Amino acid sequence: MLTYIFRRLLIAAPTLLGITVVTFFVINLAPGNPAQFQAQSALDPRVSVRIYQELEKYYGLDQPIGVRYARWLGRLARLDFGESMSTDRRPVRDKIKERLWPTMSLAALSLVLSLGLSLPMGVWAAVRQNRLFDTVSSTILYGLYSVPEYVMAAPLILLVGVKWDLLPFQGMTSDNYAALGAGGKALDLAKHYALITFCFSYGSWAYYSRFVRQTMLETLRQDYVRTARAKGLREGRVIWGHAFRNSLIPVVTLLGLLLPSVLGGSVILEVMFNWPGLGRLFYESMLARDYPTIMALEFVSACLVLLGMLLADIAYAAVDPRVAYD
Amino acid sequence: MTETGRGASESVSGGFWPMVWQRLRRNRRGMAGLHAVVLMLAVWLLSPLLASSQPIACRYQGRWHFPGLVEMFQTRGGGRHWLEKSVPFNRPQFDARRELSGEDWAIWPLIPYDEFETTGDFLAAPSRRHWLGTDEVGRDLAARMIHGTGVSVKVGFVSMGIAAAIGVVLGGLAGYYGGWLDIVLSRVIEIVICFPVFFLILAIMAWLEPNILNVMVVIGLTRWTSIARYARGEFMRIKGQDYVSAAEALGVPQARIMFRHILPNALAPVLVSVTFGVAAAILVEAGLSWLGFGVQPPAPSWGNILRAAYDSLRTAPHLVYPPCVAIFGAVLAYNLLGDALRDAIDPRLRKGP
Repeated sequence: MLTYIFRRLLIAAPTLLGITVVTFFVINLAPGNPAQFQAQSALDPRVSVRIYQELEKYYGLDQPIGVRYARWLGRLARLDFGESMSTDRRPVRDKIKERLWPTMSLAALSLVLSLGLSLPMGVWAAVRQNRLFDTVSSTILYGLYSVPEYVMAAPLILLVGVKWDLLPFQGMTSDNYAALGAGGKALDLAKHYALITFCFSYGSWAYYSRFVRQTMLETLRQDYVRTARAKGLREGRVIWGHAFRNSLIPVVTLLGLLLPSVLGGSVILEVMFNWPGLGRLFYESMLARDYPTIMALEFVSACLVLLGMLLADIAYAAVDPRVAYD
Repeated sequence: MTETGRGASESVSGGFWPMVWQRLRRNRRGMAGLHAVVLMLAVWLLSPLLASSQPIACRYQGRWHFPGLVEMFQTRGGGRHWLEKSVPFNRPQFDARRELSGEDWAIWPLIPYDEFETTGDFLAAPSRRHWLGTDEVGRDLAARMIHGTGVSVKVGFVSMGIAAAIGVVLGGLAGYYGGWLDIVLSRVIEIVICFPVFFLILAIMAWLEPNILNVMVVIGLTRWTSIARYARGEFMRIKGQDYVSAAEALGVPQARIMFRHILPNALAPVLVSVTFGVAAAILVEAGLSWLGFGVQPPAPSWGNILRAAYDSLRTAPHLVYPPCVAIFGAVLAYNLLGDALRDAIDPRLRKGP
């Protein structure tokens, strides 16, 4: 098992290097740079050229691209993402750190929610295949799965947030958050989390339910399930003890694929909900043409995805004895 | 592709694709998806006949004019047209609605407004004059929705065309040659997969001029990975088939084997992947336009219509639903079609959600 993990990590190393190459060159070879963008604001063209040259020197953008890549890589090895090129000039690491919690808590919440709902639903639908619950839930889930997150969010905000005024939909906390007591703070947070968590999780909930149903249907047709029934086990034990455990194997691999969708989908949703997470930081950095923050976010998210894939592979090998370790 | 007819009713000879079509036609959900896709295409092609400020055909001052029909054949917004509208109708300041009097004979489009035309009503609720209401500068929403369809149709087809070309070439090379080439290309695919697609697209779009062409190219350049993986698998599988060995033994050049013998048989799974990819591309384009990095207003796209609606959520809630329904409908249609295609191409593969 350890050798397997080691080998898998070894394969991931060139991928990691590739990620740095793509991250750096996609951003840096694109036409236009932050110095140009910031110098645009000066009215006099001669002044703007001066500003441009000063800024270019200040940011180190006048160096050859190879040198810049090597320097960036060197700092990256020490997890130093540099200083933001937007107007606040703060270290990128601090900027990302304060935005990490809102996005990660959302991702964790939506993972727990979607798994907690989809496992029982999928199993139940598979056990009672083609009965009423199965037909109705399959149709609804297929529809839900096809609704894009932001297309769901806009009418939801309109109805729940604006028309019925049930839940807040801007930011993480209300304006009077600091004045609230402990219970009031928790309630306020929960209210702010409700809508955006639903929008984050319903897609994977629908997807997982259908997936669990499908794998469960396949497991239920296996010989060992027939054997379990033949030897007189109770139906509950057959389903949960024999079939369900084996149908979990493909579900584990899916978990690794959840992360890119959460991070990628987060931009529009976080802008819509004014949520102070990584997605909105990305959007704000795009507007400010903030090289270091954009590169750091690209790199971090790609690394997280790589990590997710690695963990899924290892978990797969751990739960399925048929996977060869070497 | 070795699958032969199952049962007498399906033993239609005539090759693989007619067989797929036969199976597809029996899938009601898939056909509904196909009809919706065709409808979208038709709305795009016929948009000047559906919503325009000029009549489709009319008799004005004793002469026949066909401004709507001509507009349909023009590339709109471009410089020179091979077909020009007749004299008074080609002037930008010519207001056909006011000029044509009651006794002039004219066929008007379903929605007698075009997508840029501003009326006096701002944020008006749906009414008989404006079926879906008007937006914040008084443009007819129905006309904007109709003319925005073209963006989604074009982005879907063009970007997936680019993605399919890249994916099939790279995946095919990796699958056919194997060895070092396969290892290198597989790493490249893995690297691109690691980036959340929307992050990558957004990062590139921020530096490019936001227009529909750049959006299409960028989506195409980033969304080819799943196609490449399918193509790689298919090329690897087919490479071992007897007819390829036979062709090799006959001394057929490698390029010819790849293009004439393997490629046509490897296209089926690629087609399924492309169909799902079109849905994703429509979604990405609308998202980019929503954020302001895609199609720029005043040109209509479902994404920037939704953005305008979102910005006036409290004052004009009716604006939100049409773009949402349209995006959802388009995505659903392509997903249904993709599912049906997958089932029709290989009924044994009927798995996965």
